[in-house]
Amino acid sequence: MLCRGLPRQLSCARVLLCRQSTSTDGVIATGADKSQIVNENELRPLYMDFQATTPMDPRVLDAMLPYEVNYYGNPHSRTHAYGWESEKAVEKARGQVADLIGADPREVIFTSGATESNNISIKGIARFYKSKKKHVITTQTEHKCVLDSCRALEAEGFEVTYLPVHKNGLIDLKVLEDAFRPDTSLVSVMTVNNEIGVKQPVKDIGHICKSRNVFFHTDAAQAVGKIHLDVNDLKIDLMSISGHKIYGPKGVGAVFVRRRPRVRVEPLQSGGGQERGLRSGTVPTALVVGLGAACEIAKQEMESDHKRIKMLSERLVQKIMSEIPDVVMNGDPEQRYSGCINLSFAYVEGESLLMALKDVALSSGSACTSASLEPSYVLRAIGADEDLAHSSIRFGIGRFTTEEEVDYTVKKCVQHVRRLREMSPLWEMVQEGIDLKSIKWTQH
Amino acid sequence: MAASRVQVLSLYKAMLNASQKFPSYNYRTYAIRKVRDAFREKKHVKDPKTIEDLVDKARENLAIIQRQVGLF
Repeated sequence: MLCRGLPRQLSCARVLLCRQSTSTDGVIATGADKSQIVNENELRPLYMDFQATTPMDPRVLDAMLPYEVNYYGNPHSRTHAYGWESEKAVEKARGQVADLIGADPREVIFTSGATESNNISIKGIARFYKSKKKHVITTQTEHKCVLDSCRALEAEGFEVTYLPVHKNGLIDLKVLEDAFRPDTSLVSVMTVNNEIGVKQPVKDIGHICKSRNVFFHTDAAQAVGKIHLDVNDLKIDLMSISGHKIYGPKGVGAVFVRRRPRVRVEPLQSGGGQERGLRSGTVPTALVVGLGAACEIAKQEMESDHKRIKMLSERLVQKIMSEIPDVVMNGDPEQRYSGCINLSFAYVEGESLLMALKDVALSSGSACTSASLEPSYVLRAIGADEDLAHSSIRFGIGRFTTEEEVDYTVKKCVQHVRRLREMSPLWEMVQEGIDLKSIKWTQH
Repeated sequence: MAASRVQVLSLYKAMLNASQKFPSYNYRTYAIRKVRDAFREKKHVKDPKTIEDLVDKARENLAIIQRQVGLF
């Protein structure tokens, strides 16, 4: 398999590595800076980390540019045309975001990103209803910003239940139902997990929350624009959206806050009362226009993107699994978003593999925690053994990933896993038939 | 007045040519793939009004590609 595929794959690698140099003929570099950037780009690793962030779609940038130069008015200026044109663009973008999630435009609040949206939702709800309700439910596998917001609430005297998850990364609805208390104000469960890609049963959670009159917030940063979501169908009260995960600009996001029945939120930020008073501060027109364009494109491309990403991810998993033994896929095999694949390579240390795969940009988990060598808390929460949690790698596939990139990644990955395993004493012991679990590593 | 076969084909060719000029490997391959897929998908459209709309949309996209390939 490897030998047969090798010449073709090697040539792919060459194409990828000199992809910049072959293509610059059509472009005339205008200054020293420009040619320098092009040269630097020549040997950049290929990108397989679409959960961390995505490149902007050229269509998005095209929509934004006029608002960075010509139409620079403050969208809140009501006294002149500069303000009106910006306001019109912002309202159009609000409509595009709302359209993607099946909401009313008036329910969309622009923020600086999903972290802020999560903070507004969780702290805002808890604080607004604090006189009667003091309990919040979330899960152990949430994103750091949700967990940290909950920690902050605990410090303020709220109680938080962190639901455990099954081995497949999904929560148990029975456990959720048992966790409810009369003073529960909010349930926050993410739609698609950023590390292992599992899709929580949002619809069921939404209906349970609705029947108990508890607000339901979902962090959909990794899900919006990639899978079909309708806030009314799923009974979602608050939803966080991020711009840069859907091929939009960084530094912008949105939060959906339901109007009927009304969800009330205490704002975090004081100021001029923009965005219905929930998020004061001048709305960045260009970024918001970019987010709107990204949402519209996501809606239009969802089906074809999904089909392609599924095909590429199956190709990647199947190729890796068929070539090397002892690879475990983390998270539920069915209930998942296919663009996020988390694999554990047994007997290989994840960080060494990442270092060896220099020419592929990968990550062992979320970007926020990628600086630490600790195994991911998400993998620990799904009960992955310590050694498997240490050997996991996340492959992110997106709109701009090509077959060649997938094949190159597989080739490099297989090659380095084999090499690292050959060096590993653990792997040697396993080959000799020793059960690693039976070994007592310490002397005392 | 619906666009003629020749007009559509020349638009297709212009879009492919423009897409070739993306300096970035990923944008380039995506644009080419997308243009091909989109034209193939709509190959059998007969309704003049729909064709007209699609041609307008394609012209807009061609302008986007032409603007974006020169940026970096």
